Amino acid sequence: MVGAFACLLLVSLVPLPFIVALLAVMVITAVLGALIERVAYRPLRQAPRVSAIITALGCGLVIQNTTLSLSPYARPMPRLFESRTFEFAGVTLNSLQLFIIGVSGVLMLGLDFVIRKTDWGIALRATASDRATVPLMGVPVNRVISLTFAVGGALAGAAGVLYSQAYPVVGAAMGALIGWKAFVAAVIGGIGSIRGAVLGGYILGVVEVTTVVVLPSTWRDLIAYSLLLVILIFKPNGLLGSAAQQKV
Amino acid sequence: MSEVVLSVGNLTVGYGDIRAVKGISFEVQAGEIFTLIGANGAGKTSTLRALSGMLRYGGTVCLNGRDLRGLAAEEIVTAGLAHVPEGRRVFGPLTVLENLKLGAWIRRSQRAAVAADLERMFTFFPRLHERRDQLAGTLSGGEQQMLAVARALMSQARLLVLDEPSMGLAPKLVKEIYAVLREINREGVTLLLVEQNANLALRLADRAAVLETGVITLAGESAALLQDARVREAYLGA
Ligand SMILES: Nc1ncnc2c1ncn2[C@@H]1O[C@H](COP(=O)(O)OP(=O)(O)OP(=O)(O)O)[C@@H](O)[C@H]1O
Ligand SMILES: [Mg+2]
Repeated sequence: MVGAFACLLLVSLVPLPFIVALLAVMVITAVLGALIERVAYRPLRQAPRVSAIITALGCGLVIQNTTLSLSPYARPMPRLFESRTFEFAGVTLNSLQLFIIGVSGVLMLGLDFVIRKTDWGIALRATASDRATVPLMGVPVNRVISLTFAVGGALAGAAGVLYSQAYPVVGAAMGALIGWKAFVAAVIGGIGSIRGAVLGGYILGVVEVTTVVVLPSTWRDLIAYSLLLVILIFKPNGLLGSAAQQKV
Repeated sequence: MSEVVLSVGNLTVGYGDIRAVKGISFEVQAGEIFTLIGANGAGKTSTLRALSGMLRYGGTVCLNGRDLRGLAAEEIVTAGLAHVPEGRRVFGPLTVLENLKLGAWIRRSQRAAVAADLERMFTFFPRLHERRDQLAGTLSGGEQQMLAVARALMSQARLLVLDEPSMGLAPKLVKEIYAVLREINREGVTLLLVEQNANLALRLADRAAVLETGVITLAGESAALLQDARVREAYLGA
């Protein structure tokens, strides 16, 4: 939601090309992510884990209601992307959809690479598994955690921009539903597993769309959440999650 | 006169009302092996955690003449002190290789030197080489201890601080690890070793101090302490 609004604000001030707007929004939401960590999470670092969940919900409420007070009504999002429709092997596609799939693919592969292969990725995973020991390696834990929130913010910003191009209405409440879906996708895939979250996202998307095609569309959430329950019963750690894995 | 690497003056550590370390002083000389022995709860771990910036403390800690007060734990590694923590604390979800790379964090820009050091660790601990791509959490206790030592050495700190590296290990593995410690020391790394196993530690170390409920009660050459009647009775079961 912040990503979409930031994008709307930016393009109404200066006519930026789409890619530039996308990158600018990612920078803005990265800074916001790091800032939220500093203000809302770091003071609770030693507190029980449930405090982090509560502060996350609190941040969501604050951001959503601030936006609501600034922009009480949903606004149309201008199309920033010249979209052409074409048919391929009997499937109708448009270039915006392909672009969204492409950008999200690049971002996911990039994230996967950073976390698996780079020094910062190793430090991040070490911090998630044993934060108390990481400083003994000379790793600045606070910087690792800030960076993690910044990356998370940047990716969420990109998602907001892409989403608002596909469904071009931006409103304060738009993020809540997406956030829940992201959470469901992460649980399906296995909390703590990035590849799992991606897999969970695609499974959830396919299930939702298939439901709408074959059943009354009001069944969509029923089926999606039932899927979540079934997966949690048979695989409590999600599809790709491992029992021992922990989250920051 | 040999040079002092670590100088600890009137160190105190407390947890709330509990006073775990009650004003201890000692010095570690360059190139030596110094051991701090003591029973459960004597304050050994508390002392080491204070040295590496993990706990607040009173008194002074100087590393190579530099006062460490106010430095964050990660800055103390850069200052030249590496800590092998009690209970190994290897990063279970990371591979052996990733654990070692993380140990070299402060020198991560020197890729060639880090790669050379990795090879050196694998000659010290051939088992780690065989298991380089295995998750550290799946290693045996002994292998984890080797990894914890190797990981600390990857920082190239000149002072290595070890908290009970023999804990929970079979005698054969303890021998193996101690042999490497001796080798590392021969290459010029100063060791500060904390142990409950006094016999083992005193045989390895040059000098030693005995810690009892937060106070140093005896200190001197380890060879002399090995002969000391009080040490023999309390710690060597003789
Ligand atoms: N986090 C803590 N909170 C409260 N008291 C603590 C804490 N950690 C240690 N202590 C207390 O401080 C004292 C010294 O503990 P410390 O862990 O330094 O001993 P130790 O010599 O390392 O013992 P061991 O050989 O069993 O590891 C003990 O009385 C212990 O109960
Ligand atoms: Mg201890």
